[in-house]
Amino acid sequence: MNQPLLAAQGVGVTLGGAVVLRDVRFTVARGEIVTVVGPNGSGKTTLLRVLIGALAPDRGTVTRVRGLRVGYVPQRLAMDRAMPMTVDRFLRLAGGDRAARAQALARVGIEALGGRQMAALSGGQFQRAMLAHALLRKPDLLALDEPTQGLDQPGVAAFYKLIEAVRREDGCAVVMVSHDLHVVMSASDRVVCLNGHVCCEGAPTVVSAAPAYRALFGLGAEGTLALYRHVHDHDHGDDHDHAAPAMEHTP
Amino acid sequence: MTLLGDFLVRAGLAGVGAAAAAGPLGCFVVWRRMAYFGDATAHAAILGVALALATEAPVFGGVLAAALAMAALISFASGRAYAADTLLGVAAHSALALGLVAASFLQGVRIDLMSYLFGDILAVTRADLAVIWGGAALVIALLAWRWDRLLTATLNADLAAAEGADPRVERLALMLALAVLVAVAIKVVGALLITALLIIPAAAARAFARTPEAMAAFAALIGAAAALAGLAASWRLDTPAGPSIVAAAAAAFALSNLLAPLARKAG
Repeated sequence: MNQPLLAAQGVGVTLGGAVVLRDVRFTVARGEIVTVVGPNGSGKTTLLRVLIGALAPDRGTVTRVRGLRVGYVPQRLAMDRAMPMTVDRFLRLAGGDRAARAQALARVGIEALGGRQMAALSGGQFQRAMLAHALLRKPDLLALDEPTQGLDQPGVAAFYKLIEAVRREDGCAVVMVSHDLHVVMSASDRVVCLNGHVCCEGAPTVVSAAPAYRALFGLGAEGTLALYRHVHDHDHGDDHDHAAPAMEHTP
Repeated sequence: MTLLGDFLVRAGLAGVGAAAAAGPLGCFVVWRRMAYFGDATAHAAILGVALALATEAPVFGGVLAAALAMAALISFASGRAYAADTLLGVAAHSALALGLVAASFLQGVRIDLMSYLFGDILAVTRADLAVIWGGAALVIALLAWRWDRLLTATLNADLAAAEGADPRVERLALMLALAVLVAVAIKVVGALLITALLIIPAAAARAFARTPEAMAAFAALIGAAAALAGLAASWRLDTPAGPSIVAAAAAAFALSNLLAPLARKAG
């Protein structure tokens, strides 16, 4: 009954002759926030593409629950000034009537910008418009690819607050790929540390103490995490099925 | 049907029909930066003409087949050893050169060849008109049917995939539409200027449009107006019709970029 929304088994991807992912196991349960962290070129975006069905893995399987609705927030749109597109027209691509679109804009805090051109939005407004588009699809799974790139520190914190609120209100699961180690970790139920393979995974506090994580990101990463650590709705005891102790996979 | 008996009326209808399909399709060519791809497909048409004349097959079919073959070849070869524009440059110019060489083996088609390179809109027959309007309707219907999916796949292929569409199918639809348009427009502006008929009206429309739909509609209107203006100029000044149509579109592009800032200030 507690079937995961999505489960990847032994996933391997080779792009242009280079092995990007090997033997990756990854599951997402209903309503959880999972963050994938890893250095540049560690295959984070590739993994996300496999999970949302944009890229067929060369090895392994991805199982999704029947009728899984995915809301995807890509890093960017191929929209230079050549394509005119208002925010409202962009939302209309996701479906939803006028009231639903207005509500989606209000939820992400840009209710006044429906008539604005997408190309004229600031980085933060653009990400919120993308999120509103994804929410209009009433997703079971929200997938975000480095959603806070280019935002300043308060912008990043505000965006993650918004994601947590969305999860609380809609109950959708969230998979994020991110660079912002500290803030992300405080906002996640589970962190997966990726470097071609899954180095370690578990609750944020557990992963940040894991040797494999420290080897990838250095000891400094833990110091910043401490500033943002807060109490989650689960305790960091022994009743975790996947978090304690952090699972380490050797390559 | 004395009206359709007039060659100028037929020419006008042919130009308007081709422009109506080239406008919306040209928007995608602009948005997806497919200009060179359009060139390669259009130039392949000359090879198609030569092969059709050699085998006594219908020219429309030969052009369509060559354009489709070129589109398939490029899709298959892209993303390999060369940058996309290098590969497309090789394909576009090779197809044109091979087509011209192939045509030289045929007896008595040298005069004809000019009409395929630069169009022969004043010689459009009723049968041509049926082909042009039928093909244009097909292109417009294909685009309208898949419009939202095409837009999403253009914005971000992964986004389309996540929302249950297959971006490769949308790409295929555009290639098919492009091949049909080449076959339709070769009689109107010729293989060398088909890309111009796609890109210039769309680029002119960009200055005024706030949504993709508005840009597509404006592009069709500007293209149709350019076709009629180019024909009129050709009639009065005794200039070649196809290039005159493209020159009129270029004038519309210049004018729209001059007027757009004023319109924005007023609005």
